[in-house]
Amino acid sequence: MSNRDNRAPGPPLLTVDGIETFYGSIQALKGISFEVPERSIVTLLGANGAGKSTTLKSISGLVAPARGSVTFKGQRIDRRPSEEIVRLGISHVPEGRDLFPELTVLENLKMGAYVRTDKRAIQASLERVHARFPILAQRRAQLAGTLSGGEQQMLAIGRALMAAPTLMLLDEPSLGLAPMLVEEIFGIIREIHASGTTVLLVEQNANKALSIADYGYVLETGTISLAGDSRQLLKDDHVRRAYLGQR
Amino acid sequence: MVEILTSQVVSGLATGCVYALIALGFVLIFKATDVVNFAQGEFVMASGFISYTLLIRFGLSYWVVLLVTIVVSGVMGVILERVVVRPIMDAPIFSIVIATIGASTVLRSSAGIVYGYDVLPLPTIFSKDPIRMGVLSFTVMDAGVIGSSLVIMMALYLFFTRTKTGMAMRATAQSQTAARLMGVSVKGIFSLTWAISAAIGGVAGVLIAPIIYLDPNLGVIGVKAFAGAILGGFGSIPGAIVGGMLLGILENLSGYFFNAGIKQVSTYILLIVVLVVRPSGLFGAVAVKRV
Repeated sequence: MSNRDNRAPGPPLLTVDGIETFYGSIQALKGISFEVPERSIVTLLGANGAGKSTTLKSISGLVAPARGSVTFKGQRIDRRPSEEIVRLGISHVPEGRDLFPELTVLENLKMGAYVRTDKRAIQASLERVHARFPILAQRRAQLAGTLSGGEQQMLAIGRALMAAPTLMLLDEPSLGLAPMLVEEIFGIIREIHASGTTVLLVEQNANKALSIADYGYVLETGTISLAGDSRQLLKDDHVRRAYLGQR
Repeated sequence: MVEILTSQVVSGLATGCVYALIALGFVLIFKATDVVNFAQGEFVMASGFISYTLLIRFGLSYWVVLLVTIVVSGVMGVILERVVVRPIMDAPIFSIVIATIGASTVLRSSAGIVYGYDVLPLPTIFSKDPIRMGVLSFTVMDAGVIGSSLVIMMALYLFFTRTKTGMAMRATAQSQTAARLMGVSVKGIFSLTWAISAAIGGVAGVLIAPIIYLDPNLGVIGVKAFAGAILGGFGSIPGAIVGGMLLGILENLSGYFFNAGIKQVSTYILLIVVLVVRPSGLFGAVAVKRV
C-alpha cells in the first residue's frame, strides 16, 4: 500500500492493517488491509457476506478484531469500545440505519450529538442538518419509526453528522431505496465529502460508489481481492463482470 | 355508606400507588436490560429496615432518613447489578432471572438474621387523621402517599423526557448498538437503571412499611407489584402505573365486599384471569410503543 500514486487527497487518516475478526468460531475477516486518505472517499465493494459490514464494525468498535490493527489519526483504536471511538471523530451509519424508532426525529438528531457538550455548536450543527434535510425539520416531532425508508436514511446520515465527524462510515446507504432517492443519497454523500468529511462507503451499487469514490477495494470472503484507483476499477474486467453486471 | 366506599377506594389507591412505584422498577429494568429482577421487592423490604434503623436507632429526622434511604437503595441496586447480574450478562435470560431470585433470598435471610422475624413498628410522617371533601373521605396518610407517589412519577417523567441522560436511557432500551455508536456507555446506563429502580423501590418501602408491616417478608409485596405490571401490560410504563393503582383499589374493595381472605388472594386470582383472558395486559398491545 505504500506506493500510492500522487492523486491521494492527503495522508492516511485511517489505516487498517491485517485485521482478522471472528464471530464465535467463524472467521469473517481474514486479514484486511487498506488506507483511507484524509478528505477522500473510499469504497468497499463485494458480494453479501464478503465482510464489508464487519470491516466497518471492526473500525467503529462494535466488534473487536482478534488480530491486526486499526489506526486513526495516528492512534491505535482497535482495542477501544465504540463509545470512545465516536469521541475521536468516527461516525458509523450502520446497516439498516438502526435509528431509535420510538424517539422523535429531533431526539434522534440530539442523540447524534451525545458526545458533544458545546450547546451552541450543537445548535449550529442541527441547523446545518435541517438545512440539508428540510424534511427532518418538518418532521422533527414525529417518531423516527414512522418515517419512510428514504427519510429514515436521511435521518441516519443526519444523526451521524450531528457528531461532527472527521470520518464517516456509511453502510449500504442506498439499500432498498427507489432510484431517485439513490441519486439524492449519493448527492448528499458528495456534499458531505465536499464540506471536508472523509467518507468510507460500503455499497452494493458498485457503479455509483466507484463514480464518486477516489479509491475502491473489492472484498471476497474476508480478504481484499482487488484494490485501486476507482477509475481503474471501473474499467477492470473482473469488476465489470462481477459487480457492475456488464460483459 | 358512600363515604365508606370512597375511603376504601382512596386507601386502595394509596397502596396501589406504592405497587405502581415498585412495578415501575420492574419495567424500567426489563425495558433496558430484558431482565426481570425478582429482587425488586427486596429493595422495598431493605429500605424499610434501613429507614427503621436510621429513624429509631439513630434518631435522625424523617426527611434526612428518606433521602439517605433513597441513596442507599440506589447504591444497593448498582451493587446487585455489578455483583450478580453483570458477570452473567451473556448467560441466557432465564439464568439471570434465577440469579435475581437467589439474590432476593439472600437479602431476605440477611434481614432476618440482623433484625429477626418479628414485625417492627415504623412511624410515618403522615397522620391517620381523616379528611372529608364532599363524598370523599380519606386520611392524611392516604393523601400523603398518593401525593408523594405522583411527585416521584412526575419527576421520572421529566427525567426521561427532558434530560440528555433520560433520553439516552430510552435510546439504549430501543437499540443498544445504535446507543453505543452515539457514544453512550451502555454499561453505565444499565447501572443507572438499576440505581433508579432500586431507589424507587426505596421510596416505596418508606411509604408502605408503616401502612402494612415491617418484617423480612415485606418483599412479597414485589409479587403484587409484578401482578400490577402484568395487569397493565408488562413492559409498558403507563401500564405499570395504571395496573399498580387498579390492583391496589381492587384488592381493597375485595376485602370490603368479601373478606380478608379473599383480599389476600385477590391479586393472584386477578393475575391468573389477566394471563388467561388478555396476556398482553391493558396497555400491552398499543401503548408499549409510546413510552
